[in-house]
Amino acid sequence: MTTSTPAKAPSRWERLRDSFLWYSFKRDRTAQLCLAVFICLVIAAFSAPLLAPTDPYDLAQIDILASELPPFWIDGADPMYTLGTDAQGRDLWSIILYGTRVSLLIGFGAVALQALLGVTFGLMAGYLGGRVDAFLMRLADIQLSFSTLMVAIVVGAVVKATMGSAFYSQYAVLMLILIIGLAEWPQYARTVRASVLAEKNKEYVDAARVMGLRSKRIMFRHVLPNTLSPIFVISTVQIANAIISEAALSFLGLGMPETHPSLGSLIKAGFDYIQSGSWWITLIPGAVLVVLVLSINLLGDWLRDVMNPRLYKG
Amino acid sequence: MIAFLIKRLMHAILVMFVISVLAFAIQDNLGDPVQQMVGQSVPESEREAIRERLGLNDPFLVQYVRFAKNAVQGDFGYSYFYREPALEVIARHLPATLELVFAATLIIVLFSVPIGVYSAIKPRSPVSRFFMGASIIGISIPVFLTAILLIQVFSIGITVSLFPESTGWGAWLNAALSTQGNMPSFGRGYDLVHVVGHWDTNLVTWDGLKHLVLPAVSLASIMLPLFIRLIRAEMMEVLQSEYVKYARAKGISMRRVYFVHALKNTMLPVITVGGVQIGTMVAYTILTETVFQWPGMGLMFLDAINRADIPLIVTYLMIVGVIFVVTNTIVDLIYGFVNPTVKLTGKPA
Repeated sequence: MTTSTPAKAPSRWERLRDSFLWYSFKRDRTAQLCLAVFICLVIAAFSAPLLAPTDPYDLAQIDILASELPPFWIDGADPMYTLGTDAQGRDLWSIILYGTRVSLLIGFGAVALQALLGVTFGLMAGYLGGRVDAFLMRLADIQLSFSTLMVAIVVGAVVKATMGSAFYSQYAVLMLILIIGLAEWPQYARTVRASVLAEKNKEYVDAARVMGLRSKRIMFRHVLPNTLSPIFVISTVQIANAIISEAALSFLGLGMPETHPSLGSLIKAGFDYIQSGSWWITLIPGAVLVVLVLSINLLGDWLRDVMNPRLYKG
Repeated sequence: MIAFLIKRLMHAILVMFVISVLAFAIQDNLGDPVQQMVGQSVPESEREAIRERLGLNDPFLVQYVRFAKNAVQGDFGYSYFYREPALEVIARHLPATLELVFAATLIIVLFSVPIGVYSAIKPRSPVSRFFMGASIIGISIPVFLTAILLIQVFSIGITVSLFPESTGWGAWLNAALSTQGNMPSFGRGYDLVHVVGHWDTNLVTWDGLKHLVLPAVSLASIMLPLFIRLIRAEMMEVLQSEYVKYARAKGISMRRVYFVHALKNTMLPVITVGGVQIGTMVAYTILTETVFQWPGMGLMFLDAINRADIPLIVTYLMIVGVIFVVTNTIVDLIYGFVNPTVKLTGKPA
């Protein structure tokens, strides 16, 4: 079958430039600032090996005698360590860069898994209906009637107890992605299902069905693209939530080990020294975590206002 | 109404069944109880005999039924660490957690309603803008970090020397921004008053309340912004509705319109979300109690995990499951009573 394109279709970039999204972004200072901060953090985190003056994973570069040094603006600081050192003598600036990378990696990974599970189940529940719908939504209800954090803590605890802490900390990144991904899929499933229900009685779906296309193709190629904007909006909030969940799990000792810390495990490690006055070990990683999550949340707020999708209201 | 009630109860029973199966599967798969009971020198044949006597060779279903039967009668086995019935250990730790959740709920209700209503009535006022900004910052700070900040500020104290001490205003600003740091940040204190059974209360002595303040504030900090935003959004929606316009047109005083007519309908969805969130707070108590070493269920659970105290872990899961299911069911029932338009039988409208 040959198709003749009428005139030249606008490129993706041109479509973006003409869209309301771009227009509102150009006028919203908060959104611009947040995106800038977020991109800076992501770039800094993923180029950590280039930016960090020391490699915190390399034991040879750690000097235990230089532990608990304060950041540069406090008396007694060593100019070699800009933000001071932690209790093991690791350079705080380096370890924060590496830690942010771990946090972001887990955040993105977990949200990708949630989206994969949630979108698939949500599409199936909404499009197929009937027993599949009843089963999946009841499952989602049960899981959501617990807090997602509770589910993550319990699963983390059980997995750790079953497999032993050595194994668990070896595969901690993977484990955390799996745990947080499994704990939060119902959020996606509900949102997707709600918009599929709104879409599936429209004429283009009937047309596709009459043409004899398979359900799978209709679901993923025809219905899914029309449910993308709510997915997009909750994804931002979910990334922020996943990063907070990871930090919480690590803070409880169910997450990243202290040898490969995320922001959460840095906060946990520093908390033991807060009573002795070394507040920077815990509060500086904490500030980075808050800035990261806050910029994502504000971006999510802005996106929700712009796209204004009818989100599933619990 | 009866059909709705039965449907809710069925749902609750189903959820409890799923939880109990999961809990049992955890117990079944974690370690070998015989290995923990006998020494290395015991021969395999004798181990097999013990296994047979304890019923560990029975099919999964038979073992599960036995477990469920015991659980219903309140027998969850013995905690390895405390060497007493697991339920007894939980009962000892439960009051501390409940008091914490109660205090946090009180803070949330006292602050979220006035702030939420005010920022819905005057969405453009600087005060509302401040609260909206503060609430999104509040959402972005994890609860354990709030707790650590509170400890740093109110328990350890901060000394500010940012401004020149020589000038009068500099010294004044430094003093104003510095904090003393004499709030307790550890445990429940010793000035507890015994009420009944395992329940010692923090709520009636000055020292007890002082110990309660920081943990309760940090537990409340996670929910307060959510509720402010929720109440504001619902209130703004209600204020747009016809009946509010009518009440206004009739010349009823604005105070009465806001607080009698509009607030009632605002609170409907807030009740649903609120009830569920009270259950959710149980999860956050794990974090708060860890930071403040508050001797409640959450801290006990975390210790149980670190000690691989499996009966205690399983019991905690079951009890928390009951708490979640009960709060959710009660909330649904209350909602059904308060809002008669709710589709009672769950049939699609």
